[in-house]
Amino acid sequence: MSAASGTRTTEVAAAAPALEVTDLVVRYGTSRKARLAPPAIDRVTFDIRPGETLGLVGESGSGKSTIGKSVLGLQPPTSGTVLLHGRDITKASLKERRGLAVDLRVVFQDPYSSLNPSRTIGQTLVEPLAVLGVRRAEALQRARATLESVGLPADAADRYPAQFSGGQRQRIAIARALVCDPKVVVLDEPVSALDLSTQATVLNLLADLRDQRDLAFLFIAHDLGVVRFLAQRVVVLYRGQIMESGPVEPVTQGPQHPYTVALTAAAPVPRPAEQAARREAREALGFRTAGVAAPAAAGCPFAPRCPLVTDVCRAERPPLRHAGDSLSACHHAERVPSLRPVPVP
Amino acid sequence: MSVLPLDAADEVAPEPAAPTARRRGMPWFLRRPGGLLGAAWLVLIVVASFTAPLWRPYRVDDQDLAHRLALPSGAHLLGTDPLGRDLLSRVVTAGAEPLLASFVTVVVAFGIGLPLALIAAERGRRVERVLSRSTEVMLALPLVIILLAVIGVIGAQTYVVMAVLGVLISAAVYRIMLGVAQSVRQRLYIDAARVNGIGSLKVNLVHVLPSMATVAAVQAAQLFGIGLLINAGLAFLGFGPGEPQPSWGFMIQDASKHIYDDPWLLVPSGLALALTVVAANELADALAHRAAGERTVARRRPGRTPASPADGAPSASAVLEVRGLTVAVDGGPTLVSDVSFSLGAGRVLGLVGESGCGKTMTARSLLGLLPDGVSVSGGAILWRGRDLVGLSERELNAVRGQEIAMISQEPMVALDPMFSIAYQLTQPLRRFRGLSRTEARSTAVELLEQVGIVDPARVLKSFPHQLSGGMAQRVAIALALTGRPKLLIADEPTTALDVTVQAEILTLLRDLVREIDLSIVIVSHDLGVVADLCDDVAVMYAGEVVESGTAAAVLDEPAHPYTMALLRANPHVPEGAAVPVRLASIAGAVPPPGSWPSGCRFASRCRFARDECRKPFPALPAHGSGSVRCIRVDELQREQVTWDADAVGAELETGAGVPA
Repeated sequence: MSAASGTRTTEVAAAAPALEVTDLVVRYGTSRKARLAPPAIDRVTFDIRPGETLGLVGESGSGKSTIGKSVLGLQPPTSGTVLLHGRDITKASLKERRGLAVDLRVVFQDPYSSLNPSRTIGQTLVEPLAVLGVRRAEALQRARATLESVGLPADAADRYPAQFSGGQRQRIAIARALVCDPKVVVLDEPVSALDLSTQATVLNLLADLRDQRDLAFLFIAHDLGVVRFLAQRVVVLYRGQIMESGPVEPVTQGPQHPYTVALTAAAPVPRPAEQAARREAREALGFRTAGVAAPAAAGCPFAPRCPLVTDVCRAERPPLRHAGDSLSACHHAERVPSLRPVPVP
Repeated sequence: MSVLPLDAADEVAPEPAAPTARRRGMPWFLRRPGGLLGAAWLVLIVVASFTAPLWRPYRVDDQDLAHRLALPSGAHLLGTDPLGRDLLSRVVTAGAEPLLASFVTVVVAFGIGLPLALIAAERGRRVERVLSRSTEVMLALPLVIILLAVIGVIGAQTYVVMAVLGVLISAAVYRIMLGVAQSVRQRLYIDAARVNGIGSLKVNLVHVLPSMATVAAVQAAQLFGIGLLINAGLAFLGFGPGEPQPSWGFMIQDASKHIYDDPWLLVPSGLALALTVVAANELADALAHRAAGERTVARRRPGRTPASPADGAPSASAVLEVRGLTVAVDGGPTLVSDVSFSLGAGRVLGLVGESGCGKTMTARSLLGLLPDGVSVSGGAILWRGRDLVGLSERELNAVRGQEIAMISQEPMVALDPMFSIAYQLTQPLRRFRGLSRTEARSTAVELLEQVGIVDPARVLKSFPHQLSGGMAQRVAIALALTGRPKLLIADEPTTALDVTVQAEILTLLRDLVREIDLSIVIVSHDLGVVADLCDDVAVMYAGEVVESGTAAAVLDEPAHPYTMALLRANPHVPEGAAVPVRLASIAGAVPPPGSWPSGCRFASRCRFARDECRKPFPALPAHGSGSVRCIRVDELQREQVTWDADAVGAELETGAGVPA
């Protein structure tokens, strides 16, 4: 099942997904208590096609980074499957993944701790190529070429991370991910540690690279505005479950789930008059604070905060179903449009 | 992905200095006198001991019975022992064995402890638990008794005994190295290497071990000293090399018998042992102080240039008036220069800009909370007409908390993890407001209700770690309100919070402004937050205010190119508008303090810069009572320029990521 099967066109459907995640469940720990607690990731399903960016949005604790780790093999899933180009890599060990490393790469959030401070940029970039058995001279040449392709001079290879700014380090991290020409890149909050203008250049760079190389991005972020810029489709997560998924414009502009409404309404815009109107509209919606009691295990995780909550929400977990142009896990999806913030006068 | 911000390895092994600096001159740990002397002594004693047979004046068993227990003389530089043997020859010869034996101990201890620590850190909880429990058992064993038992079985074979000591001590090495290895493994470059398909051994050798090197060196040097002492102790008890072979321990034992008739006898052997142990510890100390040594900055408060006399009396409505504020590193570059703004009662001022632009320094200077070695070097901070600059720490303490309070990005910083929320709220209430215990408690409940906490009773009983980030920030705000401040400094108060929680905190701050007439200076990099909360805005760039005015004027009609660029770099487009294909960007980076040009500091990155921008010019009035620091502002306004989005593919050009 695709996250956006509702709008899948025949043309796009022709391309086989580069990455398919089906019914992914991740539990931390194996104790009795851990088995009884709700899982960190609960039956998450999505796919990404070549040249497409899928945004994975949620607040802290939503499990978005855990999904990225599971895809990369850094966190073993409890159940579910991860397919890369149709090949099952769910249980592949990091050693078995060595061959996959060509196809599946990652860019992390923190450009400071993701580069080893005691190794030159060249050494860092050559590392994945050495694993593939590329000869040193050729590897170094490819590293330099990749640095140039992300807007850095080739001689950056001879310098150390400390000599680069945050934005430049993130370019280096991107170059490390691209140096062996992957097909799928997991971007784990790649711009959230960066200043606004740096964030803009890195986002532009990612968009340029995706279009140029037909890359599939799994773009993990907490900021819907950033996701709307880079992604074509989006999956909204709350407490490890998919709340809503679908093409990015309908989801961000006409949400079909109360949580997505809460997310879009809370993001402040830098225009005082518009923001004042949005604020009033948001306050009128009556979302409850995030500090309220934990949800019932059987019901909808968002129920304690939701203004549309009824008894069924606490008793039964809503299935993902078509609502507007997207899929929404809400018993009252048809009432969600009434929640949308009023537009600016 | 969470990364420990301040873990053990970071304290001792920060970013290595650029290798060029390291190659210049001496290694860093030798720049401290202790490290240098320690290393020099160790080299001397090692070389002297191992080459002793080549140069010593006498053999160790040569007896000069005519000169027994002699003091130093030309023939015997360090005197002689009770059998008339030359002490210099014996002391240096005796050094070889303990030095080598202690080295064996260190090698064995690290040879076992370090790999186990790496394995435990890599394999996770279950392996770690088994290993840790086993090492705990080993740590509980009585060292010396086991060593004596070993000697009882195999005899006084020094190297074997010291190797056994190494095995026993490896448990302690494991414990220390495990903590370091675990924190290093938290770093993202380890994950990145694993995703690259690098094998586990290579990840450890290339990425984990180098980051542990400093801690390992410190421990090894210390352990070497301990090994020497234990070795000498065993020899003292008679378990060293047999007579006539010399050993430090036995020589000390021998000397103790003559402590009354020839106290000098104790000096050469005792000093050799003591100096070697001290040298090992000094070296360890120097290795450990690497980071701290570089941070030491003289605490000095240089005189400041007063605000220029041209400034008149404070404007009637303003509670806070900052004039020409300049903050500088003592004897170093300026961090904030000539910043002026004023703030009325019940108003909110936003300081915005990118990191490194001086907004936090400006905010912190209002409370006199600048870091060590940084101070206000010019200008005035008039708080209700009284200049806060130059007040003593005591006078400032009367202002802090009671008149001006602060909340920060990390609410946990304000809360002490050791005390309950109730204790942390009632203490300042009793101090600031002179309330009794019960009054303080009921006031604390009121404060928590005021900051929107629904169940104050439960929160009062909690400890900080039991609170979520949003809840902790609410408590931090309640704590800031205990002294009934009139001004709140909020340094990125919502940056660490989720967007829905951020909206709640902003609503809370707005309610406080309305209800208790609080004034707020908020530092933020998020223009949306500023648009939501602020009445006035000051946009900072490279240590100065480049544009200021009401939030509506500055954000809706930006006059300075930097403000224009920031707004266009923001991906949050107006309601109903389409997302741009590419965002606007600003080439290059903020110039660091100390390399600011004399003209417009933004000129090197500005798309509209001309030659005239490189010359110094003053801030011009704009937006009514605000200002703008751009000499071309009128021209740009006439031409109606905009800072446009980048072209598709622009970021792929070689050198796009390099400052112009």
